[in-house]
Amino acid sequence: MADLPTWKTINHACLVFTPGNTVEYLTGDWRSMRPERTDEKCVKCGECWMYCPDAAIYIDENGYYAVDYDYCKGCGICAKECPHGAIVMVEECE
Amino acid sequence: MEREGRIINLMEPGHTGCAGCGQAIAARLVMKAAGPKVIVANATGCLEVYTTTYPRSSWEVPWIHSLFENAASVASGMEACLKAMGKYDGIKIIAQAGDGGTADIGIGCLSGMFERRHDILYVCYDNEGYMNTGYQRSSLTPFAARTTTSPSGTLSWGNVTRKKNMPLIAVAHGVPYVATATPAEPRDLMRKVQKALEIEGSKYLHILVPCVPGWGYESEETLELARLAVETGLFPIFEIENGVVTKIRRPKERKPVEAYLRPQKRFAHLFQQENEQLVAEMQQLADENLAIEEGPARLFGMSSLPEMKNEELDLPPKAETEG
Repeated sequence: MADLPTWKTINHACLVFTPGNTVEYLTGDWRSMRPERTDEKCVKCGECWMYCPDAAIYIDENGYYAVDYDYCKGCGICAKECPHGAIVMVEECE
Repeated sequence: MEREGRIINLMEPGHTGCAGCGQAIAARLVMKAAGPKVIVANATGCLEVYTTTYPRSSWEVPWIHSLFENAASVASGMEACLKAMGKYDGIKIIAQAGDGGTADIGIGCLSGMFERRHDILYVCYDNEGYMNTGYQRSSLTPFAARTTTSPSGTLSWGNVTRKKNMPLIAVAHGVPYVATATPAEPRDLMRKVQKALEIEGSKYLHILVPCVPGWGYESEETLELARLAVETGLFPIFEIENGVVTKIRRPKERKPVEAYLRPQKRFAHLFQQENEQLVAEMQQLADENLAIEEGPARLFGMSSLPEMKNEELDLPPKAETEG
């Protein structure tokens, strides 16, 4: 508790001065199912990128749309909407 | 915030929305279409709560939250202020709220914004209830839906009121552009946002956003349900410009309302024997929605005269007054 800000030290009116700093908060551990892409089926159409509610899809070095597992909550929308069935949901296990 | 190897989204990940949230998809698409030169005024609601859990914020654009009812008023103030200071150049202002903040609590402020003709795009994310506080009914909850304040049981069968027709309320104010959209058609949604932002005056965009816990369905069905709402006719997609219906999205293949109602737990009671007539009534509502025709949506008593302007009230730019 000692390092938490008090009412005297927080920003006036609870202003946030670093835009987009929720990226520090990793929501990936909410996931129970994990989306996995097969490169052979992927045509790089970007539908998954368009539909992801968590903006967890990024373009990797080979031009494929890859999943950022730091943020993916495992909703399964990408697997359902992929027009080529390139994404499947698999059980998350250690 | 910069991250290595990632493009910046105007609404960043890491927000605490539910898995499969329809509103998160819609809000991200709206911001993507609007671009970085916008100022956003946000009403209280799911979107405000999950994107800005203190001390964090998902927004890469100037963003302000004040109260539940006054997103439209705050946006009006910002627009008036920027104009008075002579800084209103290429900046777009978006006010956004949920269905409660638009149709129940904020309708007074919204009506004032429309009346004063502020140059603002107002976006209503309609998830058909107060989903953030535990699924209470709002005036945009559809007929016969079960919510925690309109429960279904032996003595009741869900919400008894009809969904308020917000787009037509906006049209009745003489707003130049009114449209509806769903996140299931992202290109259509983004085109509407861009088109609205190019028009001067108050604009109203109504987006249906399926809610996973509130509607009671599996998280991957979000866009499928948004699509079904349009295909069954329960959520018509249209554009109204200056009081004239210019575009209507006619579903290629009409589906019975059961296809939309069946996957949702909030409509599960409709499929019991004693509630059969409610499904028939829903079908009737859908038929009425699909019967809308292109042409004037204006009501009587509405003038098509151009807007009057009081030149003396238009303040000179700040630089001139100082010089």
